[in-house]
Amino acid sequence: MRILVTVKFTPDLQSHRSFTDGSVTRTADDGSMNELDENAVEAALQLVEAAGEGEVYALTVGGPDAVAAVRKALQLGANHAIHVSDEEIAGADVFGTAKVLAAAIRKVHEEQPLDLVITGMAALDGLTSMLPTALAADLGWSQLTLASELTVADGEATIVRHMPDAHETVAAPLPAVVSVTDEANSPRYPNFKLIMAARKAPVTQWSLADIGVDGVTVGAIAARTEVRDASPRPEKADRQVVTDTGDGGVTLANFLIEKGLA
Amino acid sequence: MSGNTVAVLVEHRDGVVAQPTLENLTLARSLGEPVAVWLGEPPSDEASATLGAYGAGAVRVVELGAAGRLPKVRAAAVGAATPDAPVVLMTSTFLNKEVATLLALETGAGVVVDASGAELADGRVETEQTVFAATWNIRTRVVSERAIVALRPNTTQATEVDGAGAATVETVVFEAPEVPERLVAVSAVEREEGVPLAEARVVVSGGRGTNGDYALVRDLADVLGGAVGATRDATDEGWISHEHMVGQTGTTVTPALYVACGISGAVHHRGGMQASGTIVAVNIDPDAPIFEIADLGIVGDLNDVLPQAIATLQEHKGA
Ligand SMILES: Cc1cc2nc3c(=O)[nH]c(=O)nc-3n(C[C@H](O)[C@H](O)[C@H](O)COP(=O)(O)OP(=O)(O)OC[C@H]3O[C@@H](n4cnc5c(N)ncnc54)[C@H](O)[C@@H]3O)c2cc1C
Ligand SMILES: Cc1cc2nc3c(=O)[nH]c(=O)nc-3n(C[C@H](O)[C@H](O)[C@H](O)COP(=O)(O)OP(=O)(O)OC[C@H]3O[C@@H](n4cnc5c(N)ncnc54)[C@H](O)[C@@H]3O)c2cc1C
Repeated sequence: MRILVTVKFTPDLQSHRSFTDGSVTRTADDGSMNELDENAVEAALQLVEAAGEGEVYALTVGGPDAVAAVRKALQLGANHAIHVSDEEIAGADVFGTAKVLAAAIRKVHEEQPLDLVITGMAALDGLTSMLPTALAADLGWSQLTLASELTVADGEATIVRHMPDAHETVAAPLPAVVSVTDEANSPRYPNFKLIMAARKAPVTQWSLADIGVDGVTVGAIAARTEVRDASPRPEKADRQVVTDTGDGGVTLANFLIEKGLA
Repeated sequence: MSGNTVAVLVEHRDGVVAQPTLENLTLARSLGEPVAVWLGEPPSDEASATLGAYGAGAVRVVELGAAGRLPKVRAAAVGAATPDAPVVLMTSTFLNKEVATLLALETGAGVVVDASGAELADGRVETEQTVFAATWNIRTRVVSERAIVALRPNTTQATEVDGAGAATVETVVFEAPEVPERLVAVSAVEREEGVPLAEARVVVSGGRGTNGDYALVRDLADVLGGAVGATRDATDEGWISHEHMVGQTGTTVTPALYVACGISGAVHHRGGMQASGTIVAVNIDPDAPIFEIADLGIVGDLNDVLPQAIATLQEHKGA
């Protein structure tokens, strides 16, 4: 079983974030692998462990800091790490990002075929949840998204997908792109041995030229959307916190009544 | 671009048009000429009258069976119904985000999801979004000629058009594409009474602080006419079903009022509710992070505060 996991470098949700020229400003010390991609790495490791053979690749697309995302995947047990970085990727939208990831995946797949690509359900910064669909389409592989359960047998992957109105079971032939939700599994903690090994493990660095992608087809110039303006939301005025001394419920009710909300 | 067709993908349940679709039709009127796209069994006369009342000139119907649950089939159906529409609006749901992506790959459209508004500026669509757990507002310009915008519920006030006629119903010829994915089984989730969480104008949520007893949370939701939400800790405990989970990996809600009971306010939870109009929190711990974003915070035991609030509100309602 050969599986590639896409992992995104995202800023720490608790840290102060800002926008500069329409993109997210990041510093090396306040970011890491997107938390939801831990579920993707875990899903891949479990499938390989169950199969008793196989390899897990971790792939990220991003600036120099993004290498932290694949290092985290190595700590969790991934066997290989690839970091695609190129100044021309800056300003990419979902479709540009998918194109870069797809080109890198094809390069790995051509060397030795992959069975699956596993992604997280959303990146906790962009949060579009669009990338897995765009990636499957670009590769021309089956699309099995938002899996809360995943099984692989007889050249097919089967997932359970929780939609608001129904739970669906969907199957498709390999190779497939699968996105897993945080319900799919409980990610493991990295162990000391792997942490030490991950420090020294090599990370393959590719530029756009290495994967045969022309920068003008993926970066800001190609983007179909462009952030025009960004501003921190103003702090709410008139916030109040009161301690219940016996009439807290009345205070709450009166507040809603005065605001016309009840 | 004004004067152009603006397609609105209709969300409907049991044949009834969902409120966010009426909001999107209202918004569509400011962008061009709205037409409604209806997937599934054809709409009733009542449903097409409703769509007409909110501004749809036509309802384009694509009849789809169970395969319409598959994103690729659904996207192809929307595409077949909207070849002339430079702007397509839909409700931001996980399924629609996939549909939007696939449709955009066909048409070259730019996509913005989780938007809270859209307008035309110099012949292009520009959108408003709140991002990073609702701590930033961003304005995005769709630079391509075509735009697909998925909007969060409760971000536009739905209004009818004075003297609008009924929408004409048109059937779209559609042959579902062959896709590698196949539906093996579909088991319906039992739907609760009342408005779905994502669309509710009022959401009352309970967290670990409820200790598993949702009676007070439900009663408060009832008296406020709202839906019940929960945190992941509560759904993980099995106290309430997963469909109720609010947050970045659950349902994102933007109601006029959000009441958080026994919820600490973890960043993952906040990301799914922080853009709500008014936020009220009840928590026994004065240092709970939820108070940082609450318009009104009550430091107290929910078992004391909620019964009193419910009684006062019931009295007010009866008066
Ligand atoms: C605040 C914000 C808003 C944005 N809004 C839009 C928008 O409206 N339209 C638009 O077209 N673009 C938008 N973008 C750009 C878009 O987020 C990026 O192109 C991004 O790389 C892909 O989308 P996502 O982060 O939403 O990923 P999602 O689709 O939410 O991520 C799902 C999974 O895809 C994988 N993945 C995503 N990105 C990478 C990566 N760089 N490397 C490796 N794996 C990855 C991960 O496994 C992740 O779990 C926005 C970005 C930000 C920060
Ligand atoms: C990748 C990832 C994704 C996640 N996604 C989500 C998500 O989408 N949604 C989500 O909700 N969580 C999510 N979580 C979990 C999240 O981080 C928090 O753990 C969770 O939201 C906490 O739930 P809680 O507030 O109910 O519990 P706690 O954090 O335990 O808070 C309980 C609160 O109740 C108060 N309390 C206790 N007793 C009383 C009483 N009698 N009266 C009043 N107050 C009382 C306490 O003071 C405390 O503040 C995610 C986590 C991860 C790692």
